[in-house]
Amino acid sequence: MRLSGADILVECLIEQGVDAIFGFPGGAVLNIYDSLYKYKDEIKHYLTSHEQGAAHAADGYARASGKVGVCLATSGPGATNLVTGIATAFMDSIPLVAITGNVALNLLGKDSFQEVDIAGITMPITKHNFVVRKVEELAGIVRKAFHIAKQGRPGPVLIDIPKDITVQECEYERESINPPKNNNYIIKDEDIAQAVAFIHHAEKPMIYAGGGVIAAEAAAELYELAVKTNSPVTLSLMGMGAFPATHELYTGMVGMHGTKASNLAVTQCDLLLAVGARFSDRVISKLDRFAPKAKIIQIDIDEAEVNKNIRVAHHIIGDVKEVLHKINQGIQPKDRSRWLRYVMELKGQNGREGNGDELTPEYILEQISELTGGEALICTEVGQHQIWTAQHYKFTKPRSLITSGGLGTMGFGLGAAIGASIACPGKRVFNIAGDGSFRMNLNELATAVEYKLPIIVVIMNNHALGMVRQWQSMFYDKRYSQTTLDRKTDFVKLAEAFGAVGYNLTAKKEVAPVLKEALALNRTVVINCEIDREHKVWPMVPPGAALEDVIVGESDLIRN
Amino acid sequence: MNRHILSVLVEDQSGVLARVSSLFSRRGYNIDSLSVGRTENPGISRMTIVVRGDDHILEQIIKQVKKLINVIKVVRLEPECSVFRELALIKVRTDLTTRASVIEVVDIFRANIVDVAKDSLTVEMTGDEDKIEAFVNLMESYGVIEIVRTGLTAIQRGHQALHEQENMEEV
Repeated sequence: MRLSGADILVECLIEQGVDAIFGFPGGAVLNIYDSLYKYKDEIKHYLTSHEQGAAHAADGYARASGKVGVCLATSGPGATNLVTGIATAFMDSIPLVAITGNVALNLLGKDSFQEVDIAGITMPITKHNFVVRKVEELAGIVRKAFHIAKQGRPGPVLIDIPKDITVQECEYERESINPPKNNNYIIKDEDIAQAVAFIHHAEKPMIYAGGGVIAAEAAAELYELAVKTNSPVTLSLMGMGAFPATHELYTGMVGMHGTKASNLAVTQCDLLLAVGARFSDRVISKLDRFAPKAKIIQIDIDEAEVNKNIRVAHHIIGDVKEVLHKINQGIQPKDRSRWLRYVMELKGQNGREGNGDELTPEYILEQISELTGGEALICTEVGQHQIWTAQHYKFTKPRSLITSGGLGTMGFGLGAAIGASIACPGKRVFNIAGDGSFRMNLNELATAVEYKLPIIVVIMNNHALGMVRQWQSMFYDKRYSQTTLDRKTDFVKLAEAFGAVGYNLTAKKEVAPVLKEALALNRTVVINCEIDREHKVWPMVPPGAALEDVIVGESDLIRN
Repeated sequence: MNRHILSVLVEDQSGVLARVSSLFSRRGYNIDSLSVGRTENPGISRMTIVVRGDDHILEQIIKQVKKLINVIKVVRLEPECSVFRELALIKVRTDLTTRASVIEVVDIFRANIVDVAKDSLTVEMTGDEDKIEAFVNLMESYGVIEIVRTGLTAIQRGHQALHEQENMEEV
């Protein structure tokens, strides 16, 4: 059948099974919006307050569902507003297709109104991008974009469509799409055997897993590996939920804000199994003292991650799920109780100093964890609250923590929560925020209210840019340059002004009742929690220090 | 810092040069030269990239370049199994007294004179970089007005074509 470019685009989205798209209209995408109007029964468009919110929503949708997230923006500023969202998805390997309009082909390159070279701008932050120059190419490009976004290590792909392409017509046939399979990696039997042999010889094995386990849907295989090998498991921030936090083998997060147990176990282990993790600088800290006694085996789908940040003894490239499955079949039972006893003893040494009646973020998060039974989808912004969330909410399932790990994008959480809530209508969605990051993109409250999304925003309000302030406190002699936020914003009134429900939390005893009430409302809620400005994130490995030099709390800091 | 020569087959599409070159600058890899042109296969171009770095950096460069969607194949060319050439155009200052001796050197180097003016000669020469360097050094005493070089281009010896090779060379 003969269709316009705009109709072909929407048809192709339907081909891919896209049911939700996040965007903001404008001149260059008028025809696309006209098609969306026509196809509104088949594909639902969610209008955000800002294109950045649309990009984060598409990202949150992808993280929560495992499907490709789709966002749409007009040319020029619409396109550039997507950039932070695309970069966020790129750093965390999230499958995203971003569609931008552009000026007509004959106006391209002439500094036309609302023209920007978005393909050039997004080149380093996309897996690939396309500028559509002929309407006949459009369907093929859209199909290829979705394939690239999902295949191998996932990531964002951008399609830039000049306006005249959306008007021009050509023949279109609907195709049935098979999702890409990652079985084109040759996993050699001898590589598996080598890994199994390393594991068998190890007295003190340790598993370090990351977001790749979640992307590969390999949590069950990881669980089997841990239990069969009696290995303690630590997770990167991106790996949260890949292994249940409630399990005794779980030692908590690793790295800069990792637990003492994880950081010491990584230092002491004789074999480190890195599964879908990329040895970020926030994990390894001081390179030459990271896992100094260990042989490192790396399992990843991206060959370029091997020997990038750290040299490894052995690696296997392929679908993590498949590789783990093969390794698991070869594992022989081995007693590692001495090693486990050592690690379990360390696990007891993360206790924070008693905090009595004070309203602490840890307590709030523990309460959220308890009241939701670990079943909620937890989004975060970026900062102290993000780390507290990773540490104190008991994540038991993959895709339950949605956070900007690689780029560290403040203002990510609310948009992501919107996308996550739309992807998983039955789930309770929280956005754990700080006052600083919430203020960055709080405009999306309007979106959450409009679509009646039962998102609970919990603001850990310390009236400061807490994480930066913590560094100033520890390393800049308490010169609090531009991190004190004594703003007059009344978050309860603000929530009400947007049509949401607002609460103030100032005392520990109010936490459970307010949370219960908020959960019962099934509406967009903002809970402003007044917490102590001096409250820091512990443990912490100071920048440049080795993991084993982790500081577990204020008293430890004074001792040093 | 060793010098390595990479041959890269790419899809001939707009932006592919930018993708490759921006990858190098973004990740801080040093390029000595980059040359690109069409190949025997329509739709496929071939780049010859001269890079500097230790083996670890080279391994990363190859893996990162391979990840680009438009890149079909990356191979590191072994100097002993490959032929390297570069073309240079060199404009040399000459007068009646020096012209003959410049022409003599040009002949020795089997280079060609492509332009003659009252007070200059333009020499076209092809060779590996050492040969070009040696010629330029000799010309310095006459006065080099300007030099333009294409950058190295290279091909493997023997009958096999790059696109036929089964496995990419493991570094």
